[in-house]
Amino acid sequence: MTKTPTITFEGPVCPVPLRHNKSIVMGHGSGGKMTEDLIRQVFQKNFSNSFLDAGNDFASVQMPGPGGHLSISTDAHIVSPIFFPGGDIGKLAICGTVNDMSMSGAIPLYLTASFILEEGLDIDILEQVVISMQESANEAGVLVIAGDTKVVEKGKGDGIFISTTGIGWISDDKVIGGEKAQPGDAVIISGTIGDHGIAVLTARGEFSLESSVRSDVAPLNHMIAEILKVAPDTHVLRDPTRGGLATTLNEIARQSKVGIIIHEESIPITNAVQSTCELLGFDPLYVANEGKLIVIAPDVRKNEILEIIRNTKYGNHAAIIGEVVERNSEKVILKTQIGTSRILDVMAGEMLPRIC
Amino acid sequence: MNKNFNFSTSFRNSSLVKSVIDEIQKTITKKWTLMEICGGQTHAIMQYGLDQILPKELELVHGPGCPVCVTPLGQIDRAHAIAILPNVIFCTFGDMLRVPGSSVDLFTLRARGAQIKIVYSPLDAVKIAQENPDKQVVFFAIGFETTVPANATSVLQAKALGLKNFSVLVSQVSVPPAMNAILNSPLNRVQAFLAAGHVCAVMGYWEYHPIAQKYHVPIVVTGFEPLDLLQGILKAIQQLEKSEFFVENAYTRAVSEAGNQVAQRIINQIFEPCDRNWRGIGIIPMSGLGLRKEYEEFNAENRFQVGHIMTQESEICIAGEILQGLKKPVQCPAFRKICSPTNPLGAPMVSSEGTCSAYYRYAINVEED
Repeated sequence: MTKTPTITFEGPVCPVPLRHNKSIVMGHGSGGKMTEDLIRQVFQKNFSNSFLDAGNDFASVQMPGPGGHLSISTDAHIVSPIFFPGGDIGKLAICGTVNDMSMSGAIPLYLTASFILEEGLDIDILEQVVISMQESANEAGVLVIAGDTKVVEKGKGDGIFISTTGIGWISDDKVIGGEKAQPGDAVIISGTIGDHGIAVLTARGEFSLESSVRSDVAPLNHMIAEILKVAPDTHVLRDPTRGGLATTLNEIARQSKVGIIIHEESIPITNAVQSTCELLGFDPLYVANEGKLIVIAPDVRKNEILEIIRNTKYGNHAAIIGEVVERNSEKVILKTQIGTSRILDVMAGEMLPRIC
Repeated sequence: MNKNFNFSTSFRNSSLVKSVIDEIQKTITKKWTLMEICGGQTHAIMQYGLDQILPKELELVHGPGCPVCVTPLGQIDRAHAIAILPNVIFCTFGDMLRVPGSSVDLFTLRARGAQIKIVYSPLDAVKIAQENPDKQVVFFAIGFETTVPANATSVLQAKALGLKNFSVLVSQVSVPPAMNAILNSPLNRVQAFLAAGHVCAVMGYWEYHPIAQKYHVPIVVTGFEPLDLLQGILKAIQQLEKSEFFVENAYTRAVSEAGNQVAQRIINQIFEPCDRNWRGIGIIPMSGLGLRKEYEEFNAENRFQVGHIMTQESEICIAGEILQGLKKPVQCPAFRKICSPTNPLGAPMVSSEGTCSAYYRYAINVEED
């Protein structure tokens, strides 16, 4: 005969709930008290401004001037690891959207941010990311005025995903876009290429490689404002992010129905990025950047623009790298350092390290 | 050597390139056909546009030296059969992910939930096996003699660690039997070889003397930078013009006659020559390097019983002729039409060292400029 266990009803039967102020649990996405606490203790504390502090699900804002257009851009950010040399997912989330908006010549004004958090995420880490976002927002001169948080079960996310949407204002006289490149224009890059992609790749530690490469992630709106002051007739502004310089130039060539010639030896690249790429079999022309700007403008403007860029915080390695031509329509041609030419195509898919 | 010597730029110096080109121009008096064995060399030639500045008398045909390209379809299907098993972590060099099997590629399988990891060194796969004792970890050991020593080391290390959950799916090949096969072909047009510098860094070049003598072909050990390649081409043409044929080393900064003997010992300890099917070419006798009996326990084909999987290759893809240097990618009816890096029919379009992908990436309509 089985003995019935004796149950003792001593002490509180219902355990005191844990406070969960150290790591993210599903409750943080419930919309209830825990969500409210998280918003107050992490987001509002750091992003604080009158729009956000009003506590609404919306923010209503005024435009800075009469007329003009709204520039709206949205971007989702996933990166592993969350922190990497030179930046983190928060800085990336602000700069990515600020830069996308700025490429129209817009003045970026407001951002919203949605967070998808994985159960178990350390709240200290979340706060570090939020602080980093606010630092970048300060630098760019934008406010995060609305946001949302959802929590997914452990294993269904990668720590933290951030989606940001930005609103900016463009005056009516700005006509900048990927379709505006003209034969005869000069092509300028604001600095060394490939730093972000290589910094993140080596930070992942998958290739047992250590390097001194730091991500270039940075807000480019101030640089762009300076350029447009001296060269309001600039035709194209574009940040060569995923797919790198080669893919971005191909997009422009296609949009503008022109050819683009670039000169290999004039493309700025650090030794560290160059050698890491050669070791792994990557082509730095296809490696991502997060703080670089391609400017395409009338040839007569190129020296002024170059000087302006070089005098900005993130532009000291800027260089004139090529020109827009009518021939080779919609193709990008690389003049190699030994005097031959080849086509630069778009990246086929994920960049893969080669075998030997 | 000067301590300011920059290894990533000095071998691309444009005035030196021009002087070697001039020397080649002066030397060449008739038409010659050279084959560069290695896919890395094919890519360097296209990447730097060397074909545009070499004399028209010289034809470069591209050899079978891309390990990804020559891995037979059957072996890729076997890899897929193993990779989809629920308890397996399948480790591979990055290039192999895009190679199509008869129905899918490893990318597709990864999206379907297969655990597929890109490793840069076979030893990373051993580490993954140590860290995941409840999983079977399989490394796709492809490669020429360049990668084989590292593959061998992974088996040695797994044995030393007593790992029961590590195995290798082997598809390794060696260069000299392939050169013999090309020279033996009644369709052969190759008059001289640029031997692959990195293969020779491991194996030396002592194996090549009998080939040069038997077939009367110059064989020049050649590196991968523009100046290395041009130097190799120059030496080959000098021999051809003088009707000479011997093995010459144009890559002395990396290669010696004897090669890396430690690496050769490790290869011989773990692997032995065997007949091997080359994708698009067929079986070349004793051209493979398979596991020795003593290491059979590490053979993934046995462990997962996939040896019976046999597959036919695509009929339209001319990978075989491309890999033997009989045809160029532009002569393929599928090239750029239904076959591209995003939708490859054959392996030469997939690998970063594949001939078709080199043509696709670097050589379209440049003459318009």
